[in-house]
Amino acid sequence: MAITLSAAQLTPVLHLVTCGSVDDGKSTLIGRLLAETGSVPLDTLDYARRTRRGGSTVPVGEIDYSLLTDGLEAEREQGITIDVAYRHMNLPNGRRVLVADSPGHEQYTRNMAVAASNGDVAILMVDAARGVRAQTHRHLTICALMGVKTIIVAVNKMDLVSYEHATYEEISGSVRAAAARLDVAEIITIPVSAFSGDNITVASTNMPWYQGPTLLGALEEWEPVPSEAAANGTEPFRFPVQFIVRADGNFRGYAGTVVSGSVARGDSIVIADSGRPAVVDRIVTYDLHTDGHIKDLDRAEWGQAVTITLDREVDVTRGDVITGADGDSLEPADRFAVDMVWLGEEPLAHGRSYLLISGSRSVPATVTNVRHKTDVVTGHHDAARILEMNDIGRVEVATDKPVPLDTYAMCRDTGGFLLVDRVTADTVAAGMVVHSMRRSANVKYHDYAVDHEARKLLMGHDAKVVWLTGLSGAGKSTIADATVRKLHSLGVHTYVLDGDNVRHGLNKDLGFTPEDRAENVRRVAEVSKLMRDSGVVVLVALVSPFTADRRAAKELFEPGEFLEVFVDTPLAVAQERDPKGLYAKAAAGKLPNMTGVGQDYEIPVHPDLVLAGNGDLDASVDSLVKAILGE
Amino acid sequence: MTSSTVPYDAVLDELEAEAIHIYRETAAAFRNPVLLYSIGKDSSVLLHLAQKAFAPATIPFPVMHIDTTWKFREMIEFRDRRATELNLDLRIAQNLSAIAEGVSPFTHGTHEYTRLMKTVALREGLDRYGFDAAVGGARRDEERSRAKERIFSLREPGHQWDPRKQRPEFWRTANTQLAPGQSMRVFPLSNWTELDVWKYIERESIPIPDLYFAKPRPVVERDGALIMVDDERFPLRDGETPELRMVRFRTLGCYPLTGAVESKADTMKDLIREMSGSKYSERSGRLIDGEGGSESMEGKKKEGYF
Repeated sequence: MAITLSAAQLTPVLHLVTCGSVDDGKSTLIGRLLAETGSVPLDTLDYARRTRRGGSTVPVGEIDYSLLTDGLEAEREQGITIDVAYRHMNLPNGRRVLVADSPGHEQYTRNMAVAASNGDVAILMVDAARGVRAQTHRHLTICALMGVKTIIVAVNKMDLVSYEHATYEEISGSVRAAAARLDVAEIITIPVSAFSGDNITVASTNMPWYQGPTLLGALEEWEPVPSEAAANGTEPFRFPVQFIVRADGNFRGYAGTVVSGSVARGDSIVIADSGRPAVVDRIVTYDLHTDGHIKDLDRAEWGQAVTITLDREVDVTRGDVITGADGDSLEPADRFAVDMVWLGEEPLAHGRSYLLISGSRSVPATVTNVRHKTDVVTGHHDAARILEMNDIGRVEVATDKPVPLDTYAMCRDTGGFLLVDRVTADTVAAGMVVHSMRRSANVKYHDYAVDHEARKLLMGHDAKVVWLTGLSGAGKSTIADATVRKLHSLGVHTYVLDGDNVRHGLNKDLGFTPEDRAENVRRVAEVSKLMRDSGVVVLVALVSPFTADRRAAKELFEPGEFLEVFVDTPLAVAQERDPKGLYAKAAAGKLPNMTGVGQDYEIPVHPDLVLAGNGDLDASVDSLVKAILGE
Repeated sequence: MTSSTVPYDAVLDELEAEAIHIYRETAAAFRNPVLLYSIGKDSSVLLHLAQKAFAPATIPFPVMHIDTTWKFREMIEFRDRRATELNLDLRIAQNLSAIAEGVSPFTHGTHEYTRLMKTVALREGLDRYGFDAAVGGARRDEERSRAKERIFSLREPGHQWDPRKQRPEFWRTANTQLAPGQSMRVFPLSNWTELDVWKYIERESIPIPDLYFAKPRPVVERDGALIMVDDERFPLRDGETPELRMVRFRTLGCYPLTGAVESKADTMKDLIREMSGSKYSERSGRLIDGEGGSESMEGKKKEGYF
């Protein structure tokens, strides 16, 4: 007997996240909010009157509100905070609030992310006496990343700053400015004192300058911030299939929860995984008609758990996503740009196969690239090759087969996923899809009659790509130049793709961060592939410091077409040479991403050839020419 | 700004949908799941939700009861009747060696009794049938240490609960993967309150044992609690004579360990009125949690109790 909700009643249960540290008075604020809404049983209140822990300034006999949100025995014994606690609160208007109370410790980014992952609203505590701190920025950033749309900033301990209006204005102004830089839809600021009860459930008489709602009032009045699509009623339908229901009379239904949009009987749908279309025949629930027959629904809305049958036999398995038809469908892809929170104690390992779980789907996947790590305090993007526990960053994920994933901004359930370690079964990361990176299904490959073999005959020699990698100043360009002169004299068609030269044109939009370097390598590799195909021997002279990028380049070619050559020059020698003055600049702090100084150079593990960059040039050229001509 | 009022039915709809989602995930993801049925009101709701989750098919997994042999007689009758009506695949788990040794709530302290008759019996039952996921009716509002319990709660080999190995739960997405020896406890009612359970039972007309409703019952007052003398095994102390009093039970368990409350609530409406008025948590009437300080539930959980 599910009832249809009007727009104003869409969210009977409000998912609230509370963030802030114990020092900010968070436990006292949450405890008071729970107690004053009658959400705490009397025996628990009695406990909070009788019991005292070290440091408490509350007289015995009065309620120590901080005890109401007390942690686990194990946590207290070991002095650690393990986890998010979930509590209920009933608002006077009948709305249920499910409070996800995350531990305040600075290092627990991952718990904060868990709490925020389902959050509609966050209460962010700021200590009026201490002002906006790094912690405030950290919590704002995580809430925004996890898709919390409304943030209520509780400027707490107003009693300690004599209820000064100016202090409140300064703090709320600075939080608003910070939130404006992030994707936060709504910010509400409220001056409170959790200790003395100002503006928690009762309007404060100490701050006549404040006209806004109390904390409780703000939660009661809250309405979801609709997305543009939701406002127009055009949110695409998403239904991840959890379970195939088979019953008597050839009944075959797909059980799941509507995680976006809605569906009606007779609607055209598409199985996103296979692209197969069908029409919704029935929407079945358990609820009975008075005559004892199972009652079908005409329509199922967001949040309803139902079973759908289709008008034809199509292949649908657990994990598939049923979507709306036409523009509402979702195309599978196998590479995604993803915001990722690393949860595992072991850091992210490139190239390791994890299990990606999105809804009821699981598929092997690897992280192919870390584009950057986000400094959650400043919002800056820092260079990084790996993510460690509590790190947040932008990465690229490749799945073993194409899967339809939404963007996280579109839908948390179909745009968010977990990465699971395939040996320990631990959840090691949470990913939020920013966009899919490949729509190769739309691009067809065209074959031409004159191919590489034909061009090879005309050229009179085989073509190869020779990839020279090494530190700046290692001697890559010098070796390339000498080698090409030799080959030219032998009648071999050549070209040099020099790192510095391509950055004047093709790659002039790129910098030297790891993600830009990855793109630099990718473009040069693609160009070298085209040039090799045209029949030319291509020498690439590029620092290309990262193994993953070089491996990606090599994977574009068939065996024998690509030679990875490590120009091995000690850093001290390269620094001494410093032909472009770059090491001097880096030493002065002007080039933070300089390879060998600010960034690592990952030495090739199995190069096809190693040349000593401080050895004899002629010897290097000879061995290189031999390798190229296959002698 | 005026705020609209949220009807209770809408809250129940959302809780129901969440529980159904959890059930379906459990049935699909685990090799051999089981529903732990304790006959009480929460179990009755669990059973009802399981029917809903898989309709029009039947519940696709067995149901297991941990029988200490000290349950109220009415509970056992109710269990067997429901099992027949719903055609359940009912398994009974008992600690036979403890029963043979004559372990009872009168011979052992509540903690040791519970460990032997419930925790050990549960672990043995799970191992005997090789269940890799056990669905239970625990709620986060029951007790303070439950506030941090997961919906999908991981157990290490030997059914140990390690708070630090619990998995982060994002969105509706569950990591149901198990490493060798691990198993899962699943709590579809995590986000329900006691009142939600009662309101839902009323709305859906879910059958529950009569013991929840007030009736004249033979009780003795012992250590401040009203204990029903349900059979002749109850050793009366000097001066104790069972007297008929109008009582009902807020939770159901082993009768010597379950305190009754004086009440006139003999209909669902009265019961909910009484319930909404009560400001004490339901476990305040349960002797089993009292011993060993306020953290005893957490200690029991580490041993593998629900």
